[in-house]
Amino acid sequence: MRKIKSEIIVNAVENLCAKANFELPLDVLKSLKQSVVFEKDIAKSVLKEIIENADIAKREQIPLCQDTGTANFFVKLGKDVNIVDGNIYEAIDKGVSLGYIKNYLRKSIVVDPFKRKNTQNNTPANIYIEIISGDKIEIAFLPKGGGSENASSLKMLTPSAGWDGIKKFVLDNVNEKGRNACPPLIVGVGIGGDFASVGLMSKKTLLREIGSENKNVFYGEKEKELLNEINKLDIGPMGMGGATTALAVFIETRPTHIASLPVSVNIQCHSFRRKTVII
Amino acid sequence: MRVDLQDLVLNSKILKAGQKILFSGTIYTARDAAHSRIIEMLDSGKKVPFELKNAAIYYCGPSPAKQDAVIGACGPTTSARMDIFTPRILKEGVKFLIGKGARSKTVVDSIKENSAVYLVATGGVAALLSKTVKRADIVAFEDLGPEAVYKLEVKNMPLIVAIDSFGGTVFKI
Repeated sequence: MRKIKSEIIVNAVENLCAKANFELPLDVLKSLKQSVVFEKDIAKSVLKEIIENADIAKREQIPLCQDTGTANFFVKLGKDVNIVDGNIYEAIDKGVSLGYIKNYLRKSIVVDPFKRKNTQNNTPANIYIEIISGDKIEIAFLPKGGGSENASSLKMLTPSAGWDGIKKFVLDNVNEKGRNACPPLIVGVGIGGDFASVGLMSKKTLLREIGSENKNVFYGEKEKELLNEINKLDIGPMGMGGATTALAVFIETRPTHIASLPVSVNIQCHSFRRKTVII
Repeated sequence: MRVDLQDLVLNSKILKAGQKILFSGTIYTARDAAHSRIIEMLDSGKKVPFELKNAAIYYCGPSPAKQDAVIGACGPTTSARMDIFTPRILKEGVKFLIGKGARSKTVVDSIKENSAVYLVATGGVAALLSKTVKRADIVAFEDLGPEAVYKLEVKNMPLIVAIDSFGGTVFKI
């Protein structure tokens, strides 16, 4: 059994909070730079600003977006590692608190949905843990802004709805809400499972890199089909027209009940911030 | 086109949907919670903490300023959440709205009726936009943290005219 102190996790998370919020991942930048070539007018100038913004944020180590998000963590916890002086949840929350305060990141979490008093340190984080074999801890951080999260939805379709039903739900969702979610978007789609798991599945797709395809050929093709259809909607960068409404569509699926066809769409804005560390 | 708020107040009709402008002048940040409080104050006859007549409101909740920085990252938030408050705010004389994303038909009509203008900044380019802010002071609701009202002096802020005072719009819906 490997033994580690919780301080190791706290420090790693603190660092993730800063880096993820200051530096746009290379796959995202690459995709934006591909789009800027063929777009014109407002769409082109918006994409140029997004690329320039990424340069400024990285150089000056300031946030890409003022909405530094809800702190989402997807953790793969090796069963042969023991945190000797605490637990993973407390360590991550402590890292978030320090990371957001020390790095001047915005604190966007309120204690109660109605009283709405700010927790002042951006905790609690959303922490999803999967136990795996081995003695390592992999922590993936996905800070997610409120605007794009608000543009997400979930529906309990039934089996007869089929692929056409799924497709209509995804396209309608992007068409109705996409303009306000800072396009170009990344569209995470969960299909199957149940009410609780399908939402999480669509969010977890956002750990994938732009350019990656679902390993299943059928769903890989469906991702391309949806991306193509979404980019025909003429929503464009910041909703002012253009062919770049989404940079990627990620589909993930899981087994489901004979009566159900749950679907969830988790919308991600172009400020697609994420970073992973392995301890 | 470079435009100064002072000149625009007299002639907002020169702006047309789709135009790109570099905007300079004094703007006030206000988002969900601040709007809610301003409306409550108006309803109860209290004095609002800044002059609404001819004002420019920016839907923004900045991140905290680093030491020696004027302001933190300060891009726009989704304007549609303020749609419910906007007709009232425009009736009180606010002339310019700055945010991101589309607005409701009621808001478009209200903008037209009041000869106001809705401008958009690119969402998620908050580091870039922070460079256009030359001065920032909290003027109200400090307890709201990022949702407090800041008075900002901006210079050459890159904006696009999204809804002009004739009701013309840049959004394809």
